[in-house]
Amino acid sequence: MTLTFEDLQQIAKIEKDKQEGIKYQINVCVAAGCLSCQSGVVKESLEREVNRRGLENWTRVKGVGCLGLCAVGPLLYLEPDGVYYQGVQVSDVSEILDSLGGSPVSRLDCSSHLPFFKRQQKIVLENCGKVDPESIEDYIAEGGYQALYTALRAMTPNEVIDDVATSGLRGRGGAGFPTGLKWTAVSKAFNKTKFVICNADEGDPGAFMDRSVLESDPHRVIEGMAIAGAAVGATNGFIYVRAEYPLAVRRLRHAIAQAERLGVLGKNVFNTTFDFEIKVRLGAGAFVCGEETALIASIEGRRGTPRPRPPFPAEFGLWGFPTLINNVETFANIPPIIRNGGDWFAEIGTEKSKGTKVFALAGRVNNTGLIEVPMGTPLRDIVFDIGGGIPENRRFKAVQTGGPSGGCIPEQFLDMPVDYESLAKVGSIMGSGGLIIMDETSCMVDVAKFFMEFCMSESCGKCVPCRVGTTQIYNLLSSITNGTGKSADIPNLEELCDLVKNTSLCGLGQTSPNPVMSTLRYFRDEYEAHIHDKTCPAGACNCGGSKEAK
Amino acid sequence: MTEQRLHPRGKPLRTDVNPVRLLMCKIDGKDISAREDETILSVARQNGINIPTLCHLDGLSERGACRLCIVEVKGAPRLLPSCVTLVRQDMEVTTNSERVTAYRRKILELLFTERNHVCSVCVSNGQCELQALSVELGMSHVHFDYIYPRHSIDATHSRFSVDHNRCVLCARCIRVCDEVEGAHVMDVMGRGITAKVITDLSQPWGDSETCTGCGKCVHVCPTGALSEKGKSVAEMTKRRQFLPYLQLMRKEGQK
Amino acid sequence: MNDNIKKTTPNGWTIENNGWALQDFEEQAAASSGKVKVATVWLDGCSGCHMSFLDIDEKIIGLADLIEIVYSPLVDIKQFPGGVDVTLVEGAVSSDEDEEKIHEIRNGTNLLISFGDCAVTANVPAMRNQFKVDDVLTRAYVENATFNQQIPRFGVPRLLKKARPVHEIVNVDLFLPGCPPPSDAIYYVLGELLEGRIPDPKGKTRFGA
Repeated sequence: MTLTFEDLQQIAKIEKDKQEGIKYQINVCVAAGCLSCQSGVVKESLEREVNRRGLENWTRVKGVGCLGLCAVGPLLYLEPDGVYYQGVQVSDVSEILDSLGGSPVSRLDCSSHLPFFKRQQKIVLENCGKVDPESIEDYIAEGGYQALYTALRAMTPNEVIDDVATSGLRGRGGAGFPTGLKWTAVSKAFNKTKFVICNADEGDPGAFMDRSVLESDPHRVIEGMAIAGAAVGATNGFIYVRAEYPLAVRRLRHAIAQAERLGVLGKNVFNTTFDFEIKVRLGAGAFVCGEETALIASIEGRRGTPRPRPPFPAEFGLWGFPTLINNVETFANIPPIIRNGGDWFAEIGTEKSKGTKVFALAGRVNNTGLIEVPMGTPLRDIVFDIGGGIPENRRFKAVQTGGPSGGCIPEQFLDMPVDYESLAKVGSIMGSGGLIIMDETSCMVDVAKFFMEFCMSESCGKCVPCRVGTTQIYNLLSSITNGTGKSADIPNLEELCDLVKNTSLCGLGQTSPNPVMSTLRYFRDEYEAHIHDKTCPAGACNCGGSKEAK
Repeated sequence: MTEQRLHPRGKPLRTDVNPVRLLMCKIDGKDISAREDETILSVARQNGINIPTLCHLDGLSERGACRLCIVEVKGAPRLLPSCVTLVRQDMEVTTNSERVTAYRRKILELLFTERNHVCSVCVSNGQCELQALSVELGMSHVHFDYIYPRHSIDATHSRFSVDHNRCVLCARCIRVCDEVEGAHVMDVMGRGITAKVITDLSQPWGDSETCTGCGKCVHVCPTGALSEKGKSVAEMTKRRQFLPYLQLMRKEGQK
Repeated sequence: MNDNIKKTTPNGWTIENNGWALQDFEEQAAASSGKVKVATVWLDGCSGCHMSFLDIDEKIIGLADLIEIVYSPLVDIKQFPGGVDVTLVEGAVSSDEDEEKIHEIRNGTNLLISFGDCAVTANVPAMRNQFKVDDVLTRAYVENATFNQQIPRFGVPRLLKKARPVHEIVNVDLFLPGCPPPSDAIYYVLGELLEGRIPDPKGKTRFGA
């Protein structure tokens, strides 16, 4: 069966008609965060209560993707009132239904968090909290798969790539490689068989951007991949997602099945010669499999270890064929770019970093959750306006960006606009978008040790500098934090960091010293206090000066 | 049939559709002509320029993991492993700058700290590539802390034994077993510092039903990790000449 | 240094030094003769490096004209003197006595040489480092002993958690690896030092031989 544009509009219309008589819509967040605090039960009980009261003709309960403010879940959003409810329990259900049409339940209202919602600009997350992630019709009703139709029927592959290039979109996986350039390279590769891979192996501690997108709006990623396939000439796609994201995997598989049923995936999509198939591959949770060559090895069924590049996957990828690998968020940006044009996208953001960026706010911040802001938004706005500042009025100390490959940014750079270049300038990276906020009770040596331990245990063990170097760095950091550090340890740390950074095989190794190097750069006094005075200024480490070292 | 040439990663390059071009490059200031499918390492060695290596072995696929063969290439933002980097027209390579040699020495030091390399009581004493590298790179001592991990010895095989204390994870044994013997008995288990070469699914080597007992792994091992039984300190001489010949014979046989 | 020196190590081990007079005499002799004062020290090692030193055979007579051995297991002086020009340290730092001694030696030495693999890498003594000290002692003195099975605790220095190379404890000026370093390498190093040059033992010795 092949789908036409008219079919698409028909589906959208039916879906819209269904909502015709609906007066109130209660959107219940059913992404992993809220689901884990029983939003599923709340939704069921809401549905039951609506049916019992016979309100089903004008009240609709809908499970939607991430509403963003994960800190105070389970979250509810009432349309058309525009009211957010936080921490909703089953016991609150009847009260909520009672209040429909009247004044909102003030006890549950989270209007105090309004800046959190107001300061954001949503492109990637535009459907999150709006569409039902388990319904393709709902996605189509919001204009879904129109971009794919446009890309296939109204544009040539080169025009699609040009549009992506004009948009200035850069890889959202961390390195920020221009997406248009990557697509061009793969499209130019001379081979009949090509692959598109979506990298959903999100493994940074404290990061849940890709997870939320996949759980909230899986069709958008599928559409992005199909457009990419059409543009570069690939007929097969793989989504490599961690097995630790069972909900994302389930929704993805469900979405793929729906897409295949409707014919937006499969043979002759939209009556063109374009065939596209997507398969889900599960990763076993190795962080290094987020590195593209290791990811490819893992899909091929081999041990997930990186190999030296060049040749790059664009030239020599999956089973040796030209392969396009992009991150979840990158693919999620594609449909709006095609829909609205590259120029529209290029107007958002800064000169060199276009569009918006999804961040996962975590750590010592009031509003932990998922946010999306235009590139160039100052860190201060993110932490204090959207994030709502530090709990218990403690002092802000640093923000860690980019996960284990990123660095800690101290307060003096808080007014810096967030984009790829400025983050690199202060010794961090954009990374996939984890933002971990630390206050005065966080010990920066301990933070560096935490990330080093992560890198050490996630090193694949292939190349020597990363395998042994990260262990050496970790050993030095743990002796510093337990009070047995020597003054020679700091130069030793610097030497090891330099070695690991410059000689490791893959990106994981090359960036693993970043947390240590950035904390050494901005918080050297804390290292010195641990070593010379045997005290932890933040009071986090137990370095009671026990001399019984080694 | 034309000679089949391999990409450094083991994929055959089709010479009939990709005629290999010749090019000029510069290594350590010396003008050198090379084929475009050659690596910096092989071109350098042909021209008498020595680049230290550990995981590289002629006749096996390249791994690019020991990082000892890193070189500086003018214009490249990073140091590149010469064993997997193809030469390019007008490339300018420096193999022995102070920066590179210092890094190599530190990488070697890391290798010495990683496991328990006690040269004086090792079967390969005097015949060990790791030991020879320490002389070649002028490493008089290790200034990083030793890790002193605890590793086992597997002596269950009737003729060979493996001492993980001496293993440098170069994976030569894995590659020779897979690519040359075709048995793929060995592989790596675990990650990072806990990575370990195993036989079969981490079974004792003696119980392995896939091992053919050919001993190729023992002879390609650069250190005393793999050795023949009955050899005492400094007695384990490795014979590796078989490898290029074996590869050549196979190639001839395919014609 | 008129009193007998009494030193007590943390585990109660007492060193009594009666050799102070002799030592003073040697010091004076060395000073008056203008010879270079050389000491050799034997920590946790097998003494093989010292044997290799003696293996320079007849050349040692020529050396003796230029150097004065002021402290060594080869001579009968119990207390490490100060102001030594060159000290060769054999062996790893394994016990609290070694640790104390190496600091004393470092303080009293101008140029300290890590002499042999045990000093440079901790070598064989470090093979116990993968185990706990108690396990090692139990293995040696209980499980493998046929009678009088007990771990000696009195009158012997206490083992450190790990045997460590000398340079992890104090600064080392020169490394002379080898197990043992060949006598030619030892002679070369001393010869170069006597000529006032800093020797580079590269190529003359290596780990393990």
